[in-house]
Amino acid sequence: MDAFTTPLLAGTATGALLLIAALGLALTFGQMGVINMAHGEFLMAGAYTTYLTQQVVTNTDLSIIVALPAAFLVAGALGLLLEVAIIQWMYRRPLDTLLVTVGVSLLLQQLAKDVFGAQGDPVHTPGWLDGNIDVFGYHWPYRQMFTILLAVGALAALGALLKQTSYGRRIRATVQNRDLAETVGVSTRVVDRVTFFVGSGLAGVGGVAVSLISGTNPNLGTTYIISAFLVVVAGGLGQLQGTVIAAFAVGIVTAFLTDWFNSSMAQVLTFALVVIFLQIRPQGLFTVRTRGLA
Amino acid sequence: MKNLLQTGQRWGRTWGPLLGIVVVAIALLVVAPAVLSPFRLNNLGKYVCWAIAGVGIGLAWGRGGMLVMGQGVFFGLGGYAMAMHLKLEAAMATGGPDAVPDFMVLYGDGTMPGWWEPFRSGTFTLFAVLVLPAIAATILGFAIFKRRVKGAYFAILTQALAVAFATLLVATIKQTGGFNGLNQFTQFFGYNLYDPVNKKMIYSIAAVLLVVCLVVVWQLYRSRFGELLVATRDAEERVRFLGHDPANIKLVAFVVAAVMASIGGAMFAPITGIVSPSDVDATASIFLIAGVALGGRSLLLGPALGALAVGFGRTFLSESFPDQWTYFLGLLFIVVILFFPSGLGSAWSQLSARLRPKETVR
Amino acid sequence: MFESRARHAMGIVLALTAALGLSACGGSKSGEESAAESCVDTSGDTVKLGFLNSTSGAMAISEQTVRDSLVMAAEEINASGGILGKKIEPVLEDGASDPAIFAEKIEKLLTGDCVAAAFGGWTSASRKAMLPVVEAGNGLLFYPVQYEGLEASKNIYYTGATTNQQIIPAMDFLQSQGVKTLFLAGSDYVFPRTANKIIKQYAAELGIEIVGEEYVPLDDDDWTTQVAKIVAAKPDFVFNTINGSSNVGFIKAYYEQGLTAETTPIISVSIAEEEAPAMGKDVTGQYAAWNYFQSVPSPANETFIEAFQARYGADRPTSDPMEAAYASLYLYKALVEKADSFDVGEINAAADGVSFDAPEGTVTIDGDNHHIAKTGLIGQINADNQFDVVWSSEEPIEPDPFLEGYAWWDPSAQ
Repeated sequence: MDAFTTPLLAGTATGALLLIAALGLALTFGQMGVINMAHGEFLMAGAYTTYLTQQVVTNTDLSIIVALPAAFLVAGALGLLLEVAIIQWMYRRPLDTLLVTVGVSLLLQQLAKDVFGAQGDPVHTPGWLDGNIDVFGYHWPYRQMFTILLAVGALAALGALLKQTSYGRRIRATVQNRDLAETVGVSTRVVDRVTFFVGSGLAGVGGVAVSLISGTNPNLGTTYIISAFLVVVAGGLGQLQGTVIAAFAVGIVTAFLTDWFNSSMAQVLTFALVVIFLQIRPQGLFTVRTRGLA
Repeated sequence: MKNLLQTGQRWGRTWGPLLGIVVVAIALLVVAPAVLSPFRLNNLGKYVCWAIAGVGIGLAWGRGGMLVMGQGVFFGLGGYAMAMHLKLEAAMATGGPDAVPDFMVLYGDGTMPGWWEPFRSGTFTLFAVLVLPAIAATILGFAIFKRRVKGAYFAILTQALAVAFATLLVATIKQTGGFNGLNQFTQFFGYNLYDPVNKKMIYSIAAVLLVVCLVVVWQLYRSRFGELLVATRDAEERVRFLGHDPANIKLVAFVVAAVMASIGGAMFAPITGIVSPSDVDATASIFLIAGVALGGRSLLLGPALGALAVGFGRTFLSESFPDQWTYFLGLLFIVVILFFPSGLGSAWSQLSARLRPKETVR
Repeated sequence: MFESRARHAMGIVLALTAALGLSACGGSKSGEESAAESCVDTSGDTVKLGFLNSTSGAMAISEQTVRDSLVMAAEEINASGGILGKKIEPVLEDGASDPAIFAEKIEKLLTGDCVAAAFGGWTSASRKAMLPVVEAGNGLLFYPVQYEGLEASKNIYYTGATTNQQIIPAMDFLQSQGVKTLFLAGSDYVFPRTANKIIKQYAAELGIEIVGEEYVPLDDDDWTTQVAKIVAAKPDFVFNTINGSSNVGFIKAYYEQGLTAETTPIISVSIAEEEAPAMGKDVTGQYAAWNYFQSVPSPANETFIEAFQARYGADRPTSDPMEAAYASLYLYKALVEKADSFDVGEINAAADGVSFDAPEGTVTIDGDNHHIAKTGLIGQINADNQFDVVWSSEEPIEPDPFLEGYAWWDPSAQ
């Protein structure tokens, strides 16, 4: 039984992590056509924020709770800075944003190395996440459940923002038809910035979850960025449910492949599966027919 | 007068690029060997390999609009094909015709996978360097372009491909040497690799290949195909309405770019003496893009000169400021793409176009 | 009209290029080797030595520490009069964590800067890339890191452990602990694969059963699935050959699935004083096999730690590779002084038996394989992320990179 439950539960946790990382990407990609390769470094920023929070709030039971909003703000602020300083000058050139943000990603990695040192820093797991429950022989760690809850929470919050608030309406309007939205008085500039802030902030939250897996290190972002992009590509643009299904599918499939073969083969096969999947659905799982999407 | 000017312009458009290629050829084949020390010439040879791959990227990305972020894969196919042959040559020189590469004895059980066997032949290797990437690119390109996957999706898929390829290489230690890659070659088609005269010869071969690639893309750019490619980049739907299949057009450019990357990789192996996953992974692929972006992606000479410049910059900066090299590379991307999206080469021609007297424009 | 003329011109350009290329060729076949002339100049009052370490890229994390201790050793030697009265003039180069760059830079050091010897490299990939260049130029390289063995070059001195000085003592320690079942966890690359090949053969000899073997790509942090397999296999001990930051993910996953140093201890060969703090309390009580620990009680070590912390900060730990790098420079000094020459041939002729009172204890060069005799140590990580020595091979182990002295070793077996 544990040959089945282990990959399923562990894969769900990985999928949850990918979801948090991919939500922000899907938002900015879907709405603005911006490919942010520095998104992984926002994840890293979230992890370092967790580490720094633990230096200030020494009670580890509390510090993770404090780190979540802090990481959201830090990563969100970095995203906003990126949007204002660079991205806003290059809408309509989506492929170029990809390359510019590659540059930003290199800068941020080197910066982290210079500021925090090349050796990683420890992040302590709070006492209430220490432990596991036995599910058919798999010692399911509380930490993985926490990651899943975090993803569900982030999804719910984002869903509420998009569906219930006036900002959400404006965001959806901009995604569906930027020019028309502008005509009816939506300030797409402001909407873009809010989206970028929220999307990047979510990466920061993901960084908190990542730091509980691996502590911090300057190359942390590169580990997740490609998988997160594959999730966005497989999920399709403009609809969050595609991203959700794709994230958990990639996470669980990778976990099973890892169990059957090994991690290296799992990475290679997952990529092959995504390419094959795109043969069946070139636009991803779900897509909104809109003007101006890639 | 007007007629004469027009004739002059046409002459310039036709012969100008060729003149540029001749200048590059003379600089690489006559000037460089005369003035550079053997060590620096070998370094230049390495940049030339990147430049060969860069010419292909210029074709696919600059003219075709396909941002190929995984050219390291094809660079690696050529590099590993050549390296396998060099490895076998080194083994056979000491151990007889049935000898297997040392790492298979050290890390494996001393048996060689069957697909290594044909690489004992130099002719087959040269054939493989050209054909392997062509086959791989055709299959992949067919799958991607026929389903109209493009733009950012395409870029991300190619980058993921580079990651998957490097992971696969690292994990197959007994077959490909894993993380260590293939190294410790002794000879190149019978020529001692550590003899300075031979190193110069290998450099010259790489330089000639670069010039040949430049001439090939120059011809392509002037042809009907070149015009269709640019048309596909700028308005794919219109090309479709005109009765052409954009997928086929893109596929040709993608395959040619892959073969060029492979040629670059194949020369990289004897010049640096090693091919390892870190020469073909996502980072290496991005590094290849950097030179093309700097030089001017849609120009004829831009990608090659840009790649040479970035290669030189990497050596120079890492020798002078070892810790700041990454900052330079990061800033290069930001500054070039933000301010000179068509590269420094175009920045110059845009500027000169503005400075030129008005009547020629009229 | 332009078309046809252009095609003509293209032909001319290609022909010209071919001619230019051919004129530059004129290669010479193998066999008529032109001997590499050494350009090393030691006639002045300085001697140039190259320090080639990655200070950028993924390996900078580890190699910077080696660079630091090399620089310190050079300063110490200069302060006490240099080598044969000549001051060391270090030439610093960055290998950028890329084997091809290592090959390029070692050639620059040997042929451009004309250094008398070079020190550095970390990954096996970097060493393998430098080896042919060093041999072709008949230079000298000192390599300071424990590695997978199965190599010996007359132009390289290996001052880190080979497998019979780290892996095999670790197995002897496990046997002394009464271990019956063992699980192998490693990064998916050459060192762990080779180490595990040796471990499996020696385990069969010792009657230890291998109950699992798992690999994860370098720098991959997710060990959940693999650790679950360890939970299921319930081994007495886990042999960890994971490299780099991936260790953090492994130890955290280990801890959160309820495995501890009491129930299922781990013995590691890549976690040292530098790496342990990143894992905090989760790694306390686990074991590591090295030839040097900061806690080794010797006057030479006290001096070394004091000097290092005075130079680089009181919070900096010292570790095995750093110590091996520090010792390598002093061994070079001893070699040159015994040979009374900077010439590679004369140094090699004088090499056998040259020794140095290193922080880890006295180390002695084996003139045949250019490795050095070292004592095998097992340490247990304490709450301060330092290692308490719990087992020792008592005396230095003679290096045996090809494991020729071990009857159970069969290199061609799987």
